[in-house]
Amino acid sequence: MTAPTLVPYEEALAKYEPVLGVETHIELGTATKMFCGCPTTFGAPPNTQVCPVCLGLPGSLPVTNKAAIEGIIKIGLALNCTIAEWCRFARKNYFYPDMPKNYQISQYDEPLCVDGYLDVEVDGETFRIGIERVHMEEDTGKSLHVGGATGRIHGADYSLVDYNRAGIPLVEIVTKPITGTGDKAPLVARAYATELRELVRALGVSDVRMEEGSMRCDINVSLAPRGATEWGTRTETKNVNSLRSVERAVRHEIERQAAVLESGGKVVQETRHFHEDTGTTTPGRSKEEAQDYRYFPEPDLVPLAPSREWVEQLRASLPELPAARRRRVQAEWGLTDLELRDVVNAGALDLIEQTVKAGCAPGPARKWWMNELSRRATEQGVELDELPITPAQVARVQALIDEGSLNDKLARQVFEGVLAGEGDPDEVVAARGLKVVSDEGELAAIVDQVIAENADAADKVRAGKVAAAGALVGAVMKATRGQADAARARELILQKLGAS
Amino acid sequence: MSGELTRKSAAELAELMAAGQVSAVEVTQAHLDRIAEVDGRIGAFLHVDAEVALAQARAVDSRRAAGEELGPLAGVPIAHKDVFTTVDMPTTAGSKILEGWRPPYDATVTARLRAAGLVILGKTNLDEFAMGSSTENSAYGPTRNPWDLERVPGGSSGGSSAAVASYQAPLATGTDTGGSIRQPAAVTGIVGTKPTYGGSSRYGLIAFASSLDTPGPFGRTVLDAALLHEAFSGHDPMDSTSIDRPVPPVVEAARRADVAGLRIGVVKELGGEGYQPGVLARFNEAVELLESLGAKVAEVSCPHFTYALPAYYLIAPSECSSNLARFDAMRYGLRVGDDGTRSAEEVMALTRAQGFGPEVKRRIMLGTYALSSGYYDAYYGKAQQVRTLIIRDFEAAFEQVDVLVSPTTPTTAFPLGDRVDDPMAMYLADLATIPSNLAGTPAISVPCGLADEDDLPVGLQVMAPVLADDRVYRVGAAVERALTDRWGGPLLSKAPAL
Repeated sequence: MTAPTLVPYEEALAKYEPVLGVETHIELGTATKMFCGCPTTFGAPPNTQVCPVCLGLPGSLPVTNKAAIEGIIKIGLALNCTIAEWCRFARKNYFYPDMPKNYQISQYDEPLCVDGYLDVEVDGETFRIGIERVHMEEDTGKSLHVGGATGRIHGADYSLVDYNRAGIPLVEIVTKPITGTGDKAPLVARAYATELRELVRALGVSDVRMEEGSMRCDINVSLAPRGATEWGTRTETKNVNSLRSVERAVRHEIERQAAVLESGGKVVQETRHFHEDTGTTTPGRSKEEAQDYRYFPEPDLVPLAPSREWVEQLRASLPELPAARRRRVQAEWGLTDLELRDVVNAGALDLIEQTVKAGCAPGPARKWWMNELSRRATEQGVELDELPITPAQVARVQALIDEGSLNDKLARQVFEGVLAGEGDPDEVVAARGLKVVSDEGELAAIVDQVIAENADAADKVRAGKVAAAGALVGAVMKATRGQADAARARELILQKLGAS
Repeated sequence: MSGELTRKSAAELAELMAAGQVSAVEVTQAHLDRIAEVDGRIGAFLHVDAEVALAQARAVDSRRAAGEELGPLAGVPIAHKDVFTTVDMPTTAGSKILEGWRPPYDATVTARLRAAGLVILGKTNLDEFAMGSSTENSAYGPTRNPWDLERVPGGSSGGSSAAVASYQAPLATGTDTGGSIRQPAAVTGIVGTKPTYGGSSRYGLIAFASSLDTPGPFGRTVLDAALLHEAFSGHDPMDSTSIDRPVPPVVEAARRADVAGLRIGVVKELGGEGYQPGVLARFNEAVELLESLGAKVAEVSCPHFTYALPAYYLIAPSECSSNLARFDAMRYGLRVGDDGTRSAEEVMALTRAQGFGPEVKRRIMLGTYALSSGYYDAYYGKAQQVRTLIIRDFEAAFEQVDVLVSPTTPTTAFPLGDRVDDPMAMYLADLATIPSNLAGTPAISVPCGLADEDDLPVGLQVMAPVLADDRVYRVGAAVERALTDRWGGPLLSKAPAL
């Protein structure tokens, strides 16, 4: 396969206007599956979380999981959707080995939630993303194609299927066409996926982990010449498994489609696969040979008719949503827009807020999470919230600083100890013997000793070169293994050398 | 003794066992002996397991000996249509595609009857996936009518009707999607009921058409059918379409057997042209009989019943085309052509080509077409509208009368092979039974005599509103009592000896 020709991004955007659409699948974090009582735990040995229902054995029947319906209604409400008073499940018929019944229970022309929106912000500009529909369906099993070059079913030597995932409740969120984003299209797509993830996480209905597949995005992109009244032909890109990939996939499709159009070709309406390693897409199934799914109302299930009382109860139970929360903390913590964005992008909002709740002032809480701890997370290649340290522990470290028994430098050593599994901050402090030397007499003795050992530097200070005091402070800190209060040490040195 | 036991009704057997006059093991053995004696000629059973049956019987006997309180049918043998899953016996749905499949779970009907102490003798033959009206569509060969071995026992539950009619089992389960209990009951001279849709659980019933499939009972008496009906019915949390309401008092109604003051409607559209004269003659006599018992009889028109058959043959195949998609060789059942060179898709296609019989394929094709984009509205959509009209016909009729009656079938049992090459003729066997399936309403078929032309049984169908199952038993039992008196014994006693 030859590498696809691309038109540079800026050039593409100068000529064409992109239209986007995003279909997002989110696995709900219910304890049991959509239509049976099997557990949904991620990572269990293959085919151990199955029963006659989710294996589609002859005679078995689905029964709707009320917790899943509650979850999707919460998502619908948070996305400002209308919740249907009456709707049905539908069967989507197609043959594939990872579908136990060879039809998927889904929703077709009667989705549960319709016509909502989600506001997202890019570079200070707000984009309102229309939500076409939010519907409920069951996930399929997972195929593993062994052998062959592509990892896909064609050309594989054999395939293995794990049905643990079959029947896990899946919510599909479909945007209306997103227009008018211009060159910000990739960023808007990413911002939408990010905001949606935050929203669903705040609702507590899914862990929305893209890397584990509990949130998956399909990206629709089409290009129309600037000023054109009709949209172009769209492609649907699948296998977009991270927020960064959302941005890259949109960008790549814009560059690729522009190249096709520039060379006088036509964009083929097709499904494409995104490749994380190269940042490119390759064609999958062509929509021209698209299947007829023969949708019809699922006769094994009764219609869904959520009572208005229930819907209103759920609306009243919604937690503070991310946008409102961001506005609140920005005011409470006194952050600039830029600072807030950094905090959000780092995934540190929750952590900082919990640290503040544990008694820490907002400033230091943000400082520790955004600097020291972010650095360590990056080093270890994990998300910030995956570090083995709790907001309460961070707050405790800051409390020790505030009472004067630690300084910033010692605090970093405490964090190191906590992350290394040495215990709580107090245990690390005790075990490592970390404590600011606050005994004035002890510090004075060390200062005297340092002055005696560094006569040259001491003379320079005496002669008025105050800058030379830095070396003496350094020596004090070294002698105390960092436990001295550097500012106090400096004061003493200058005092003793008559330079203050 | 053993021959006499097989002639007894389930209610009588239960009484004898409760009184300690006979054991469940003896009753079971008597029926196993009868099966060994006659089933070679009838072919009612696909699977009989004497050891499993006797072990269940022994368990009931010891529970009884231990003084446990047992259900009203404890120790009574039963045959299950081979479309209900059973953990201790294979379940094939009459299809090659499931040959030898051992389900890992019991259907709710199976489980409830097991818990009630009924002894499973075996699994009975049926039209493949319950699609047919003669049991000739079984992949395992036909079942014969005990009244005439050259004729069909009806279908699709023909194995169950033949087993009960030939005294191989006092009770049997069946499923009724378009008439598959009532039609075989009618042509073998026994009682069969299609309960209200949702009144009996479909969990573990291998689906043909989900919105129509209804498990129901077979018995030789109305009371027996009612006892079985009551034993397996009621809300099942495993079936979303099951109704969470008390089971109608069917046993009480069967015992009451009184129709005085009841308003009975004769459905104008279910009779006349296309109906065998001997069938109509017995039906008319049954209506007169009901009138003589104090019922008020009137003719009622249900104008849309004429469209029931075509609507049914769009809805049922549509649902079956989807329900049967799961038989793909991937997880269970037959697998053809898996020689390491073929793709999963090819193996699926080969397996389905060889595993399904012609009638099943015909209906999958019909349904696939009817659901296709561009045809859906004209076929499936239109058929659903007709369904609504039929429901309205019933509602309007039940404002005027308490029950509706008709002949169960247009003709008596037809000869084997007669209609196998003529699907339309075969489909007509369900002309009078289909409306109740489309409306989800309950209906019973009870014997009302022999047709003059061929001396074969004729069935009277009684239909009632949703959840008024007790009414069909009340009327059925009244007819049964009066006719048994008139005949000096049950209709089945006129059947030729095997």
